Amino acid sequence: MNVAISTSQSRRGISRLKLTRGERRKLLVGLAFISPWLVGFFVFLLYPILYSLQLSFTYYTGFGVPLDIGWDNYRMMMNDDLFWKSLVNTIYYTGLSIPVGMIVAMLLALAMNQNVKEIALYRAAFYLPSLLPLFAVSFIFIALLDPRRGIVSRFLSWFGVPTIDWFGDPDVAKIALVILAQFGAGQMALIYLAGLKAIPLSLYDAAEMDGAGMWRKFTNVTIPLMTPVILYNVILGISAGLQVFTQAYIITDGGPANATTFYVFYLYNNAFRYSQFGYASAMAWILFLISFVLAILVFKFASKRVHYDLS
Amino acid sequence: MTSASVSGNAPVQQSRSLFGMSRGQRQAAISRLILIPMAVLYTLPYYWMVVTSLKSNDELRTTPPTLLPRDWQWSNFADAVNYIPFNQYLLNTLIITGLTMLGAVISNPIVAYGFSRVEWPGRDMVFYIVLATVFIPFPVLIVALFDIFAKLGWINTFLPLVVPAFFGNAFWIFLMRQFLMQIPQEISDAAKLDGATEIQVAYQIVLPLAKPAIAVIAIFAAISAWNDFLGPLLYLQDESKYTLSIGLTFFRSQHDVQFNLLMAASALVVLPVIVIFLAFQRSFIDGLTVGSIK
Repeated sequence: MNVAISTSQSRRGISRLKLTRGERRKLLVGLAFISPWLVGFFVFLLYPILYSLQLSFTYYTGFGVPLDIGWDNYRMMMNDDLFWKSLVNTIYYTGLSIPVGMIVAMLLALAMNQNVKEIALYRAAFYLPSLLPLFAVSFIFIALLDPRRGIVSRFLSWFGVPTIDWFGDPDVAKIALVILAQFGAGQMALIYLAGLKAIPLSLYDAAEMDGAGMWRKFTNVTIPLMTPVILYNVILGISAGLQVFTQAYIITDGGPANATTFYVFYLYNNAFRYSQFGYASAMAWILFLISFVLAILVFKFASKRVHYDLS
Repeated sequence: MTSASVSGNAPVQQSRSLFGMSRGQRQAAISRLILIPMAVLYTLPYYWMVVTSLKSNDELRTTPPTLLPRDWQWSNFADAVNYIPFNQYLLNTLIITGLTMLGAVISNPIVAYGFSRVEWPGRDMVFYIVLATVFIPFPVLIVALFDIFAKLGWINTFLPLVVPAFFGNAFWIFLMRQFLMQIPQEISDAAKLDGATEIQVAYQIVLPLAKPAIAVIAIFAAISAWNDFLGPLLYLQDESKYTLSIGLTFFRSQHDVQFNLLMAASALVVLPVIVIFLAFQRSFIDGLTVGSIK
C-alpha cells in the first residue's frame, strides 16, 4: 500500500524505496499503463470517501457552506428510530436473500449438471433474467404480484390461497422483494454449475467405494469443494443486500409503514429528498465501516473454512 | 448429486429398475422435474409483461385477470411511446451507453495490461488495492460524488455517468487481467527483441489477441449503462435529459399505474437486452464464470 501511494506521487518517494535505475524505469512504465485507474481511484473513490468523512461532521444542505457540528450527525443517528429500522430491514433482507438465493442457485445448478439434452434452453431461461434491468423487472413484478390484476394471485387462488397484498402488507413486502431477487438467481446458478463441473469425478467414485450415498457425497465432496464458489456467492450477496435500493424506490417507495425503507434508500432520502447532506454522509461512512468489517469477517472465516486446494 | 458422468462412466451395469430407465436417464428425468417447472416460473414474468401490454384499459379492470388479451391492443405500444418522450429518452440512453462502452474499452484493457504483462515493483500489491475497491458499495460515494460533480457544474449533464467509465472498473480490469495472463509471454518477448516498445507490444500484438475479452467487457459495460437507474436518478434533473430508466417511472403517476402502457414500455426496454443476450450468449457465460473459479 505504501509503495503504491508514495511512489506514484513523488520522485522523493521513489528514491526512498532504494530502487535501482532499471527498477525505477519499470515502475514508471507500469504506473503509466495503470494511470487511468490510478487517476480514477484518487478522483472518484479515495477523494469522495475522505470528503464524505469531512461532510459527516457538518450540517450541509448541498448549498452554501458546510457548518461544522462535530459528532452531532452520529449522535442524531443513534436516536433516529428510522435509521435503526432501515438497518434492521437491510439485515433482514440480506440475511434472508443470501440463504434463499443460495438454495435456489444450488438446486438449479445440481439439476443442470445432469445429462439433459435441452440444457442450453434452461441455461438461457435462468441466466437471462439476471441481465435484465432491475428497474424494468421491478415494474414487471408490480404487474405480476398485483392483488387484483396480477397473475400470481389468480394462480394462487386456484389452490385456495387467499389474496396476498404482496407489496402493501408490511409483513410480506420484504419477502416479496426476496422473491423478486430470485428472478436473478440464474447468474449464481451458472457459477455454481461451473464449480460443479470442476469437481473431479474420481472423488465421487472414491466416496462411492467408501459406501457414501447421494446425501453423503453431497455433504462430504460437493459442499467442501464448492466453498470458494459459495464464498463468492456470499460476498456478492452481502454487497447486493447492503445496496438494495432500486426495487424499494420503484415498487414500494420505502413502504408500507417503512417496511422496505432500506439503509441506502434512507440514505438517498436524507441526501436528495431532505437535503441533509451531512447526515447522509455520516450514514455513508457507517455503511462504509459495516462493509469493511463484513469483508474482513468473511475473509477470516474463509481462511479457515474455504478449500482452495483443488487445481 | 451423483453427477451426470457417473452414468457416463459405467452405464451398462447400472440397474434398469425404474420404468426400464438407466441410472443416467432416471437422473435426467428427476432433473427435468425441477428444471421444467422452474423454467416455466422464470418465463412467467415475460409472459405476463407481454399479455398485460396488449390488454385494453377495460380488460385490465376485470377480475380475475384474463390470461390472454381478449383483443390485442397493439396500439398500446404506440401510446406508450407517445405518453413519454420515448425517442428522446432512447437517444439519451444510447448516448450514455455508447460512451460508457467506449470508455470501458479504452481504459480497462490497457490498465489490465499494466497489471499482467508489465513487470514493475509493487504491482501485485497495487492490484490487491484494485480488488479491495470492489467491496466498497457505490452508495457510500453518492453524496460526496454528487457534491463534487455539482461543484464541477456536471449535474444535469451526462458527464457524471460517462466520464468515470474512462478510468476503468475494478471488476473488468480483473476480468481482462485473467485473460491477458493466458497469452504466452514469448509473443511479447519476440516482439521486444525486434525492438518494439511496451506500448507497441500492447496495442499491436497482445491486445489484438484479447479481442474476445474486450468484446465481453464492451457488452457488459453497455448492459450496465442501459440498466442503470440510480446514476441517472442522481444526476439528471431536466426531463429532456432523462434516460429510459427514469422515463418509465412516469407511467406510475399519482394514484394509479397504467399497467398496459407501462408493460409495453418495459417490453421495449427489455427487448434489446434479450436480443443482445441471445446474440452473444457464449461471451456472457464465459465472462460470468471467469471471476469465480479459482
